[in-house]
Amino acid sequence: MGKQTIIPFGPQHPVLPEPLHLDLVVEDEKVIEAIPQIGFVHRGLEKLVETRDYQQFVYVAERICGICAFGHSMGYAETVERLMGVEVPERAQYLRVIWHELSRIHSHILWLGLAADAFGYESLFMHCWRLRERVLDIFQKTCGGRVILSVVKVGGVVRDIDVAQLKYILDVLEGLRAEYEQICRAFLKDTSVKNRTVGVGYISTEDALGLSMVGPFARASNVDYDVRSLGIGAYGQLSDFQPIVSSDGDCYARMEVRTREVVQSIEIIKEMILRMPQGPIAVDVKGAPADGAESSMVVEQPRGECYYYARGNGTKYLDRMRMRTPTSQNLAGMTVALAGCDLADVNTIILTIDPCISCTER
Amino acid sequence: MAFASKSPWVIHYDGSSCNGCDIEVLAALCPGYDVERFGIINTGNPKHADIFLVTGSVNEQNKAVIREIYDQMVEPKVVVACGICACTGGIFHDCYNVLGGVDSVIPVDVYAPGCAVCPENIIDAVVQGVAVLDEKSKALKKKRKEAAL
Ligand code: SF4
Repeated sequence: MGKQTIIPFGPQHPVLPEPLHLDLVVEDEKVIEAIPQIGFVHRGLEKLVETRDYQQFVYVAERICGICAFGHSMGYAETVERLMGVEVPERAQYLRVIWHELSRIHSHILWLGLAADAFGYESLFMHCWRLRERVLDIFQKTCGGRVILSVVKVGGVVRDIDVAQLKYILDVLEGLRAEYEQICRAFLKDTSVKNRTVGVGYISTEDALGLSMVGPFARASNVDYDVRSLGIGAYGQLSDFQPIVSSDGDCYARMEVRTREVVQSIEIIKEMILRMPQGPIAVDVKGAPADGAESSMVVEQPRGECYYYARGNGTKYLDRMRMRTPTSQNLAGMTVALAGCDLADVNTIILTIDPCISCTER
Repeated sequence: MAFASKSPWVIHYDGSSCNGCDIEVLAALCPGYDVERFGIINTGNPKHADIFLVTGSVNEQNKAVIREIYDQMVEPKVVVACGICACTGGIFHDCYNVLGGVDSVIPVDVYAPGCAVCPENIIDAVVQGVAVLDEKSKALKKKRKEAAL
């Protein structure tokens, strides 16, 4: 029996660009317990709804997190639209899905890169980030921004994507896909990668359900749940949507699920572009939400289900805006996966759960 | 100290940024912009770093961390505030848990505005930071000489 020691992990740590602090209780090389401490990024932006009116707040919502920025602005806008009973034009819904799926591709590839970095495969990290730049190019061409897009408004979207640009998106994605599949081979077939990921950080289906994990991390533990299959917005128009699941529950499974989701997103975008209806891209929203009106909304963010809640008070300012982000659901699963692992695997496990701290703390 | 200004190593800390600026800082280090070709390398160790890139604003919780990283860095050192949050607090300036820009805790040498700050801007700021680094190392040398006399 060795002596127990506590190794602090973070808040400034090379594998994770974000400040997360963990106290790792270790005995020899085994982690007995991981105690997370968060609170480094808390800004208190939910309270800003009291000083920004409901139309303005879109830009604040977008800055909840820079990786799934588009998803948050969309989620917020849809919540307020529900609150006020606004019907969003079909074309706007399609455009939102295209941008949202593009964000998912960029977020997943970004994460794959960071995961590669965590298990010490730096050239793979660089390749992933090189590929990701292509998606950012699409953003820059269609919205003007690279990470913060500012294209959503309450009632629709601000910009249209014309036919030439739609074709450009298809071309880029086609090229991306070919190269992406090569990279996936490295992630899924390489023996040294497998040595670091297979059987590491196991989370059982019961644990995943019991700890209410969401997103690709739950799906990797065989929880068949994806908000997109509820068919909210233009997702309802998809000819077929099946959540991608795996039953292994280890780091490898989490990686596999996410690699396959990129391809799925490319397919969704293709279908959306082929079926894109004509028409207006926004409706004017006037007035204020009724006093006491409430609404809620779920969106499948790259990291899982995100829940939004809004309550009006008869003025232009919302009474309350609340959200529950995927990482706050998944942190519990992370501590379970960390307990009993080797110290050297801590990086890989944390990265495959991919905590997004700025979403969680806001 | 001339080697430091030719290939400065950077360290990155995320204050309370929304991640937008962090991923742009990383993007600047990756193939699309590839500042590594200028010898700029990202390090996790404050003692190896010459330039401190801070993203996001300061709050009570991370104040001490930023201070600690800054103190651990060896002179001469340069601080670059990346993104409007780090410069002034940005759109979150009136949040209850935001104290303001990074300059409310440590001295900042170069400000790189933008929300999110684009990689070109970061490269620009680092280049300016290198000039500051040169000046600081000259001043340091002079001081040492005078002390030796
Ligand atoms: S400047 Fe903008 S993108 Fe950067 S951290 Fe602040 S809100 Fe996010």
